[in-house]
Amino acid sequence: MRRAYFKFSWIAAALLAPQLLIIFVFFYWPSMQALYWAFTLEQPWGGGNTWVGFDNFTKVLSDPYYWGSVRVSVIYALATTVLAMTMALTLAIFVDRQLAGYRVWRVGIIWPYAVAAPAVGLAFQFVFNPGAGIFSYINTIAPGWWDLSKYPWQAVTAIVIAGAWKQVAYSFIFFLAALQSIPRSLTEAAAMDGARPLRRMVDLQLPLLTPTFFFLLVINITDSFTDSFGIVDTLTGGGPFRATDLMVYKIYTDGFRGFDYSGAAAQSIILMLLVMALTFVQFRYVERRVHYT
Amino acid sequence: MAEIIIRNVAKTYGKTTIMDGVNLTIRNGEFVVILGPSGCGKSTLLRLIAGLEDITDGEIEIGGQIVNQLEPRERGCAMVFQNYALYPHMTVAENIGYALKVAGVAKAERLARIEATAKAVGLADFLDRKPGQLSGGQRQRVAMARAIIREPKVFLFDEPLSNLDAKLRVQMRHEIRRIHNAVGATSVFVTHDQHEGMTLADRLVIMNKGTIEQIGTPEDIYEHPASLYVAGFVGSPAMNILPGSLDATGLSVLLADGQGLDIPSSFKARAGQLVQIGLRPEKLSILPKGHGQLSATFQFFEELGSARIYHLLIEDIPLGVVSEHKLSLTEGETVGIGFPTSALHVFDGPSGRSLDRPGVAERVAELV
Repeated sequence: MRRAYFKFSWIAAALLAPQLLIIFVFFYWPSMQALYWAFTLEQPWGGGNTWVGFDNFTKVLSDPYYWGSVRVSVIYALATTVLAMTMALTLAIFVDRQLAGYRVWRVGIIWPYAVAAPAVGLAFQFVFNPGAGIFSYINTIAPGWWDLSKYPWQAVTAIVIAGAWKQVAYSFIFFLAALQSIPRSLTEAAAMDGARPLRRMVDLQLPLLTPTFFFLLVINITDSFTDSFGIVDTLTGGGPFRATDLMVYKIYTDGFRGFDYSGAAAQSIILMLLVMALTFVQFRYVERRVHYT
Repeated sequence: MAEIIIRNVAKTYGKTTIMDGVNLTIRNGEFVVILGPSGCGKSTLLRLIAGLEDITDGEIEIGGQIVNQLEPRERGCAMVFQNYALYPHMTVAENIGYALKVAGVAKAERLARIEATAKAVGLADFLDRKPGQLSGGQRQRVAMARAIIREPKVFLFDEPLSNLDAKLRVQMRHEIRRIHNAVGATSVFVTHDQHEGMTLADRLVIMNKGTIEQIGTPEDIYEHPASLYVAGFVGSPAMNILPGSLDATGLSVLLADGQGLDIPSSFKARAGQLVQIGLRPEKLSILPKGHGQLSATFQFFEELGSARIYHLLIEDIPLGVVSEHKLSLTEGETVGIGFPTSALHVFDGPSGRSLDRPGVAERVAELV
């Protein structure tokens, strides 16, 4: 393969600088800082950090609350990813088949992507409110049955639904684009070969979607591990009884509410390693089954 | 085995009419080629037969059954697409056998039939490959095999050779004809390539702007084009067209540069009528000045090896002559042009209809 080599030039450096600066300021610098904090302990009233080695990590990893947080984070990530991708694929197939009004749906389905996570959380707080809306009707039939602030499984369900709702849009765009890039003649050939629409979907469309599917799996899982703060904060505040205390949310509460910067930094490093490991596993084992055309 | 009858078929998209009042009967086991330039509606006609598009008006009958309301899978047609439309994630064997799998044919029988079909098209060694690992010609064969294995009543070909290089195209052309003869199913083949049309067809259907211009054997269409359009489309190099008008006797055509050309009385031409004279380049011969029916000015020639194409002018109207004779002519030299009377075609000037035989409409009516 031919490669292009470029000579160093000041113009290129100047053009790259703004982007590099942003990445440095908002990623490398904080990451370095977190790494430093994770291996040190800040003195109570300031006055410098003491090197403590892996103490912060052992403390975090021996904390049963932390493992609870990991457990619910994994449940949340898997549930939102499965739910969001299933919904997105279903909607994309309908839109791709150009059912009545598909143009309106296409725009309508993309919109949620533009809504900020805290706004989503707030909106769903109204939806899931036990005293108003749909669930108040259910509660009049079965009093006290629905209460986010009382039942852990309901709180988890609520953040999963809100999180999935927000992620549907992104996956939908990619699924729709992938479906529309399948040549029409392929579908027609399958129709001539006797396959009905459902059969064509299973034998033809889904296998050809695997690259998109894999890409979205990585993105969605990473997103649900790292980008769930806004929804949790507005919808459940991590409760009840730490039932929705996702890893990201725990980092925030331990760090900024509990002022345990070192513990929170250690957690950030663990989360980062976890996401990297997951992505690696997905590339290693899932991508093998992907068919690229 | 099936006869295809197309009655008064029309197709519109919104307000755009693609095709109107098309009538065509394709006999059982016949190889029919639909020939026309891009956008003439030939592919649409094929897709209407296949059931990939809905008919706006009219009727299509396959093997004695009206198929207007039938899904593609119920029509008993197999189709070879222009881009082959192979399933990229399936192996050659899976591609060929997909129709059987959908139909629920048992695995053992399926494998046996896949093997037999692959052998018939020379793909036996490639069954485990994916389409992406095949050459253009091999992909074409997979597409053919996929159609053959279903043992369809009708084969539909949508410009299947246009993506191949010239040499392979000729080879696959022979193969398609060979398979047609072996299988005996009715075949409908769409192309814009007149060579493919002429060589493959039992009968040719020439289409133009959503209507059928002429139906006939390749020889019939070459010798007796029903219109100027057909005359210009079939034959290479294209037929020479000389505009003129009939004199008062109705037996002599006055050409642009003032020379007269006598025409037999068998043409249905009126005195004073504007006409176009059609002359095939390969029927003309170059004679010494003063001989033959016309005189023209020599310009240059193109060497073909087996023959030459001589380019001449009658005033400013170009005239081509194909001849095996190696003549030494100088530019600007005046020569005579001779031809047998049977080579003369006369078309009505404004409408382009042939004046030596019944018009297209009557011909189509006869066939239905």
